[in-house]
Amino acid sequence: MFFKTILTAGAIGLLSTASYAGCGIDSGSVRIGGNDFPAYQAVAEAASQCSGGGVSVSVDLNKDHKDRQVASLTASPAEFTSSLANNSALSALMNDGLVRPLNNLIAKHASGLQDMQFVTVDGEVMAIAYMANAQHLFYRSDILDAAGVAPPKTYEEVLAAAKTIKDKGLMEYPIAGTYAGWNLGLEFINMYLGHGGEFFEDGSAKPAVNNSKGVATLNMMKSLTEYMNPDFLTYDSNAVQADWEAGKVALTNLWGSRAGPVTDGEGSTPEIESNTKFTSAPTVAGGSRPATTLWWDGFTVATNISDEDAEATFKAMMNGISTQMALANAEKANWLIKGAQPNPAGVGVLASAGGGALPYPMLPYFGAMHSAIGAEIVDFLQGNETAEKALEDVEAAYIAAATEKGFL
Amino acid sequence: MPHHTFLKFIWPSALAMLIFIALPIVSISIQSFFIEHEKVLVVVENCTPFGCKKETRVDLEATKVLEEEKPLGRFNWFGTYTNRNHLAFSELNQAWKESQNYNDFLSEVFNLPFYKALSFTLAYTFIVTPLVIIIGFFIALAVNRLPSFFKGPTIFICLLPMIITPLIGSLVLFWMIDAEGIIGSLLQIIFNDPNLSLKASPTLTWVMLFVYGVWHHAPFAFVVFYAGLQTIPRDTLESAMIDGANRWEQTLYVIIPHLMPLAVFISLIQLMDNFRVFEPIVGFNAQASATSLSWLIYNDFRSGDGNMLFGSAAATSILTIIGISILMTPVIVRTWKANKPVIGV
Repeated sequence: MFFKTILTAGAIGLLSTASYAGCGIDSGSVRIGGNDFPAYQAVAEAASQCSGGGVSVSVDLNKDHKDRQVASLTASPAEFTSSLANNSALSALMNDGLVRPLNNLIAKHASGLQDMQFVTVDGEVMAIAYMANAQHLFYRSDILDAAGVAPPKTYEEVLAAAKTIKDKGLMEYPIAGTYAGWNLGLEFINMYLGHGGEFFEDGSAKPAVNNSKGVATLNMMKSLTEYMNPDFLTYDSNAVQADWEAGKVALTNLWGSRAGPVTDGEGSTPEIESNTKFTSAPTVAGGSRPATTLWWDGFTVATNISDEDAEATFKAMMNGISTQMALANAEKANWLIKGAQPNPAGVGVLASAGGGALPYPMLPYFGAMHSAIGAEIVDFLQGNETAEKALEDVEAAYIAAATEKGFL
Repeated sequence: MPHHTFLKFIWPSALAMLIFIALPIVSISIQSFFIEHEKVLVVVENCTPFGCKKETRVDLEATKVLEEEKPLGRFNWFGTYTNRNHLAFSELNQAWKESQNYNDFLSEVFNLPFYKALSFTLAYTFIVTPLVIIIGFFIALAVNRLPSFFKGPTIFICLLPMIITPLIGSLVLFWMIDAEGIIGSLLQIIFNDPNLSLKASPTLTWVMLFVYGVWHHAPFAFVVFYAGLQTIPRDTLESAMIDGANRWEQTLYVIIPHLMPLAVFISLIQLMDNFRVFEPIVGFNAQASATSLSWLIYNDFRSGDGNMLFGSAAATSILTIIGISILMTPVIVRTWKANKPVIGV
């Protein structure tokens, strides 16, 4: 009995030491909100270990976080003290001044961050990045071997490989792509950047996608869809992952954060998993830049909260992105954290970044452009209108939205 | 009823209607005339894990000054209503001038987001509403003739489509009509076409949404008609039988006239409901081939990472209200003229 009491007391002592000493927070409320996938879960889980004593840490991850982030940080006090964000989310938050500069907090409390982790805007650190993500090529080595083709490096080779696979009867629809709604807009953006395109007239918010590079981009996308399941316009990342795990697809340009899940020993057969290989996103039209966009994911601290909560949040999040967390969750992401081990499923992201892929643009009016693209190029992919007409529609839809937002 | 009794009776609902219906409509109509202030843009250096770059950002201080002066934004009159994403007057005008023939013009019109959505919304309303009434009526007739032992379970099963949440119902059907689903692959066998896909072709997507709409709403018409059937006076039916009317004639001359006010009621409710078609488009992920006015509003709230287009959504809402009023006018005028109260309203 005595022994047991000592053990219990010891355990409580240990726990409390861990929760206070590890984070060094005395009091405050930490509320973390973000998108819901394994890497974010790991960060939030590590941060919530600071909970205890006068500190409360709550976590609310939701896959539709991007639709609620602006509203929830506009409230005062903000619903979340920290919103986990990426390139495009940070622009939206900053357009309304919803996240605070972190320079002071960094000077006081941060150690062991790498310079590359600071996302700075005009000298002010607005977010601290902890992972990198990008869409890159997934391929099935056994199917490519059976077809007798090498892993493709360009989209032209992707088309040729798909043709061979189809002609040899190995697969009916060898390519898959995330072509539904928002994802479709991003596929265009990736391919257009691969062609070396610019979205806006120099130094202004006026659109400039209706050009020969835009047409070439659309034609390449259309050629790819000929090797996709006819339902391609309803495919998001989840649907592509499902088809991949079912062994129905040999080539796809999918998110780095899906590389772990398709090789995790669940939801698929060992044969498919062991032959799933990753490499850089392909280049296109003789360009040298992989046709993809680089995304960072990081944490922000809300403007509309007390300084005390901001400080507690910052410390808790620093605990969330600690080296131990990155080591314990190595397979879940490409951590940018100091001392993290390279992720075996992350070769595709690294290769794409190494090949010079561009980051997703952090322009305040880019969200409007992205939405316009996703909505207006559908008619072209369905064969109802020409590429020029589709691009004209993209510009017109963008102008209407950007005018309403006050950018034009 | 004396006036003051009536007032006492009605004021709670009148107050609730004022707060929950009238005020929001006033609020969105005001909202629809405004757009956001011109954003003050500055070029600054941004650094991310992937390097530094000169990029544009919003000058918050300067924009805030503008916003504090006029919190609603810039007054835009009907600018939002007439822009390309709504009524698109200048685009229509241009299309009219440039198109060679009527077909060209129409294809230009249906390329505009508002008219594209309106065409599906109207097609859905005018195809689903009559089918719901007809099918609901025949189900009610059939169930009414069942031996009473089977009636309870049959009614329960017939009501299921309405009980299921629309979003769940559409998701269930969405997977059933998938090329690998039970309905999808059955259709491939029947038509002997292994590439047949209901989700790929816009026409088939429309048909699929209509079928879903009828499936979901028919139970409502059924249950109303079934209740009505219980009120048919037996002596009128019997005298029709004595006059030698067969079953079809009884239905045509006794049952249908008796149920007519109910049919008007159902069409009123269905016109309103179907004009606001929304869930199946989300459930079927069908926005590439079919959009509706309600979907446009939803899309305004989702576009660009939480950067919501409040003015645009408000304008579409007002246009939807106008559309519903136009649709309902003939039915309401008819009811008014008949001078018969509509049952259930």
